[in-house]
Amino acid sequence: MSEASLAPVRARHPYLLLLPTALVLGVFFIYPVAVALYRSFFAWDLLTDPQFVGTAHYSRLLAQGAVAGLVSRTLAYSLVVVLGAGSLGLLLAVLLNRPGRLYAFVRGSIFSAYIVSWVAVALLWLWILDPDAGVLSRAATGLGLGRIDWLGDPDLALYSLAGVSVWKITGYAMVIFLAGLQDIPKSVLEAAALDGATAWRRFWHVTWPLLRPTTVFVGTTSLIMSFQAFDIVRVMTQGGPIESTTVFVYAIYEQVFMNLRVGRASALTMVFFVFLLVLTAFQLWLWRRFSGRRTMGGS
Amino acid sequence: MRRSWWRVGGKGLLFAAALVWLAPYLWMVSTSFKTLPEIVAAPAYPLPSSLQWGAYEEVFSTIAVGRYLLNTLVMATAIATLQIALALPAGYALAKLRFCGRRAAFLSVLACLIIPAQVTFVPVFTMLGPLGLIDTMAALVLPFAVSAFGTFLVRQAMLAIPDEIIEAARLDGASEFTIVYRVLAPIVQPTLAALFLFSFVFHYSDYFWPLMMTTSDDVRTMPLAVALLREQGTGVRWHIVMAGNVVLSLPILALFAVTQRRIMQAVTARALS
Repeated sequence: MSEASLAPVRARHPYLLLLPTALVLGVFFIYPVAVALYRSFFAWDLLTDPQFVGTAHYSRLLAQGAVAGLVSRTLAYSLVVVLGAGSLGLLLAVLLNRPGRLYAFVRGSIFSAYIVSWVAVALLWLWILDPDAGVLSRAATGLGLGRIDWLGDPDLALYSLAGVSVWKITGYAMVIFLAGLQDIPKSVLEAAALDGATAWRRFWHVTWPLLRPTTVFVGTTSLIMSFQAFDIVRVMTQGGPIESTTVFVYAIYEQVFMNLRVGRASALTMVFFVFLLVLTAFQLWLWRRFSGRRTMGGS
Repeated sequence: MRRSWWRVGGKGLLFAAALVWLAPYLWMVSTSFKTLPEIVAAPAYPLPSSLQWGAYEEVFSTIAVGRYLLNTLVMATAIATLQIALALPAGYALAKLRFCGRRAAFLSVLACLIIPAQVTFVPVFTMLGPLGLIDTMAALVLPFAVSAFGTFLVRQAMLAIPDEIIEAARLDGASEFTIVYRVLAPIVQPTLAALFLFSFVFHYSDYFWPLMMTTSDDVRTMPLAVALLREQGTGVRWHIVMAGNVVLSLPILALFAVTQRRIMQAVTARALS
């Protein structure tokens, strides 16, 4: 962190300049975490007075295996999304990293899915995956695969959602890989080509190692992004069938807005937050290990 | 010989990618121009028999599209504007001024990066309820009036500005307020534009927060209204849902078409900072 160089005109100025930011972040980010922690020790249905229950919510969540189920579902979904979007994004970035209108158009089309609302994407794919009238289901039947109930089969639904999410965020991975590719000095690749390295060897021995910080960045950010998935579940499956797509955030939502259990939802929120902290620590550790430049605090 | 095979394979993949990402959009538009009997008779037939606007008429008559769009635009614009207005002074103080607690303040901003709306919505909902703020524009805008990421980005941009510019402005008698908004803001303008666009697009499309914070039609936003198109009525009338989808996506795709490079820069800024 570089040293700030100027003395403020008045000693209070820096604090005044920071005051609005501190207020909003304090009230809407930091304080709510404290509130959630406090509420997680109470049973509260929003109507009657809260009852102190100690750590009962936590012990029940752990004992019933509820947390284990949520974590495994959320992680399974996230891993498919991260691996799918990451590898497709890298492949497309390599293919599309050249000038020309056609390439720009294809890049734009792929990235546009990342810009469009999750609601629009979820509704669109709900129609495409409709078991009877959807085009993809019709195509599967036509190919003799039988009737595939993409979202109604408990063994398949979570992966169908992951597939749609891959479609949506591949553009994000691609754009960041493209920026990473642009940073690789042309001279390095030219030198390798002069030495007679084939396209594949150039990629494997030059491009891929140099892209490692970018890969770590794409992987960790999309992991944290998909760990917070909600919209697609709410619109496409509402957590079903038989809870097979009930990911973490959807479970919290259900506890508050359907079961009116604020205390239990708060306990779930805190467990979710701890997982986010662990993922973030993992992210920072990887960043520090694999990159000199791409760290949050440095400049 | 091998080279040309690579090239053909590359072109083929390119074509496949374009198809995978464009076909769903075309399918959405095509469906929106069909009629219910057409969909029932041949759901997978690619084209409507003619450009029929019936589904759009139905969308505009069942939901107050104008009001929802207005709510969404007001919310997204207010959030993006506030984020910039507040990130400027904070970014300036964090980048340029010497004061006690600066490092702690900067680290607190970074810490807020790891607290997403998915963690805060339950406590914020119970906080705003007793204040009568659920179902108001305030509940949609105020929690996002500051973006920790935006503050960080603006601070990074300010670090690159030479101190001499600020010292010269002070000698000219400029107040700190003037320095922040009149002298420094134009210099970091590309960062501000990227931040505005990114934030606008994100909040225009946001479903999560408005779903949690609204209970009636008053301040409901477009993504919620379109999602409800599917939930209401008997059976799913896909042409109407897809027409709603087109109405929801068109403004943002149009904005994207015009500002594509800026938006992509905003996304990569995070990776490169």
